[in-house]
Amino acid sequence: MSEQPAPADNILELTDLTKRFGGLVAVDNVSLNIKRGEVFALIGPNGAGKTTLFNNVTGLFQPTSGRVVFDGRDITGSKPHQVARRGIARTFQNIRLFDYMTCLDNVRVGRHVRMKATVFDSLFKLPRERREEERVTEEAMEFLRFVGIAKHADQYARNLAYGQQRRLEIARALATDPKLLLLDEPAAGFTPQEKVELMKLVKKILGRGITVFLIEHDMKVVMGISERIVVLDHGEKIAEGSPDEVRKDVRVIEAYLGKSA
Amino acid sequence: MSTSVFTRLHLRDRIRDRDTAVYSILLILALVFPMASIYATDGTALVSQATRAGTFVLLAIGLNVVVGFAGLLDLGYAAFYAIGAYSYALFASTQLASSPAHHAFHLPFWLMLFVALFVAAAAGAVLGFPTLRLRGDYLAIVTLGFGEIVPQLFYNFDQWTGGINAVGGIDQPTLPAWIQGPWSGDGPFQVVRNFNFGGDPVAFYVLICILIAAAIILVNNLYRSRLGRAWMAIREDEVAAAAMGINTVTTKLLAFGIGASFSGFAGAFYGANVSLVSPDSFLFIVSITVLVMVVLGGMGNISGVIIGALVLYYVVYYLIPGLPENVRSLANSIGLSSETTRSLADATQHLNYIIYGGILVAMMLLRPQGLLPSRVREQELKHAAVQEEEAAVEMEHAT
Repeated sequence: MSEQPAPADNILELTDLTKRFGGLVAVDNVSLNIKRGEVFALIGPNGAGKTTLFNNVTGLFQPTSGRVVFDGRDITGSKPHQVARRGIARTFQNIRLFDYMTCLDNVRVGRHVRMKATVFDSLFKLPRERREEERVTEEAMEFLRFVGIAKHADQYARNLAYGQQRRLEIARALATDPKLLLLDEPAAGFTPQEKVELMKLVKKILGRGITVFLIEHDMKVVMGISERIVVLDHGEKIAEGSPDEVRKDVRVIEAYLGKSA
Repeated sequence: MSTSVFTRLHLRDRIRDRDTAVYSILLILALVFPMASIYATDGTALVSQATRAGTFVLLAIGLNVVVGFAGLLDLGYAAFYAIGAYSYALFASTQLASSPAHHAFHLPFWLMLFVALFVAAAAGAVLGFPTLRLRGDYLAIVTLGFGEIVPQLFYNFDQWTGGINAVGGIDQPTLPAWIQGPWSGDGPFQVVRNFNFGGDPVAFYVLICILIAAAIILVNNLYRSRLGRAWMAIREDEVAAAAMGINTVTTKLLAFGIGASFSGFAGAFYGANVSLVSPDSFLFIVSITVLVMVVLGGMGNISGVIIGALVLYYVVYYLIPGLPENVRSLANSIGLSSETTRSLADATQHLNYIIYGGILVAMMLLRPQGLLPSRVREQELKHAAVQEEEAAVEMEHAT
């Protein structure tokens, strides 16, 4: 918190973000800045308010107070679809795919927001609509290839293996052409091998110029890929810094292991 | 890579194949039916019946957009049908002469077909705007209320609509001479005899077939488009759909509006066809019948929905009303006394709805996925069955 970089370097700035549910303060006065092109991790014990914070950023919840500034624009209180259009994509902690749509269609839905066809175009299958459909199908296949599940393009999302479903969710999110990708526990339930592959995938995503903001419990993953970490406990920010700094922070150790004496 | 593209095309081909087969059969039937029935029965009563069935097909195709594609349960669909029918009836009859407007309108059918479409779509949007934030059951209840209110309005605004006396003497569509061309009339090249709608069942039959064909093409286009995928996404998971940038409110409104517009279309056609529009023709039972057609045929699958509409129309408007008569003749032919014959026929008359219900229950038990299900519906039910089985096995282990 000591050094505040110039705003233009920040893709996302949260200022005094608070979310209350009745008497419960789920997110309490959290401020944080995410720099363009970094991997930023949000960690904390169960119920610390991590997913709630994500939901406030993506417009699923309206913050009780505070501001969300994305890419220089105040998006506080925007609707989820507006946030997605601006360039924030996300995955969900408990995978939320369109189960009875094919993988290809899942990704094509992700492409929805970058398509121009109007109802009229579609009704009469105008040539420009056809061309767009063809282009989008090819692009969607490209995203499936990118996450490595292209050979399942025609399967229903629900029929994929667990790890592939997580990958599909990432492909679908990437299809919206985000500037910022929010990953909610992407490694949950993964084998060590899968975790390594996930980290490689995150690196590849960074290579496309997309900033990654992730929630993760697995410390190996967090420490392995993130440049900066914020720790939440009971909705409050208790620490921020590089993986090494956070690992040594007394309050963090207390939050995870409990106070000694 | 090449293999994946291959399997994808392969699967799509199979789906297309089934649809192509169904549509070809329907097309042939549609062409043969009027000739065959006129030849066989020496009258056009059956063609009229087929035309009425056609309006239901149109309704079912429209409701399928709302229920099958977007997953919004609409129990008041007949309201839009009524709105379409009244839009045409009021502006193409002498009805408004005796209303406070004191002027009878006689607008052409072809224009009103589209006006009715837009009026119904607008009504859909008006109903949808405040209600589409509701989910599932709540939306169903509101649409149910809407379906009850609209016929009541047409009853009660009797100054304008004639109320219970209905609107009669509705104009017949006419084709301008230049469309009729050299093949019409009594000339040497006549293929179609005087293409005059003056109550001619065959003309209406041809028109409804054209309307249905157009509806199939348009809805199919939508289904395979950006919008169609957005509908499915909302049906599957609204939160995820919104997170992907889909404006769920406008997308659902579009489903409602487009669904309603088909109903308005069908309504205007119905008004011209029967030339008499009364609030009684748009009661709850119509909404339910159309919904059952959609579910029975195979929700979400256009060809299935058409089959469902035809089958159910046959059951509701032909098989069941004709039952007492059939029972009577059967009883006569096996030589029962006239006393028993009459009581048997009466009994079937009274049991009408029970028989209807029984047929529905039997159909849903035998084919819960619908007569011609969409791939999705089939899968859903298969998975549900597997889960049930697994649960049952677990229960066994537990005990």
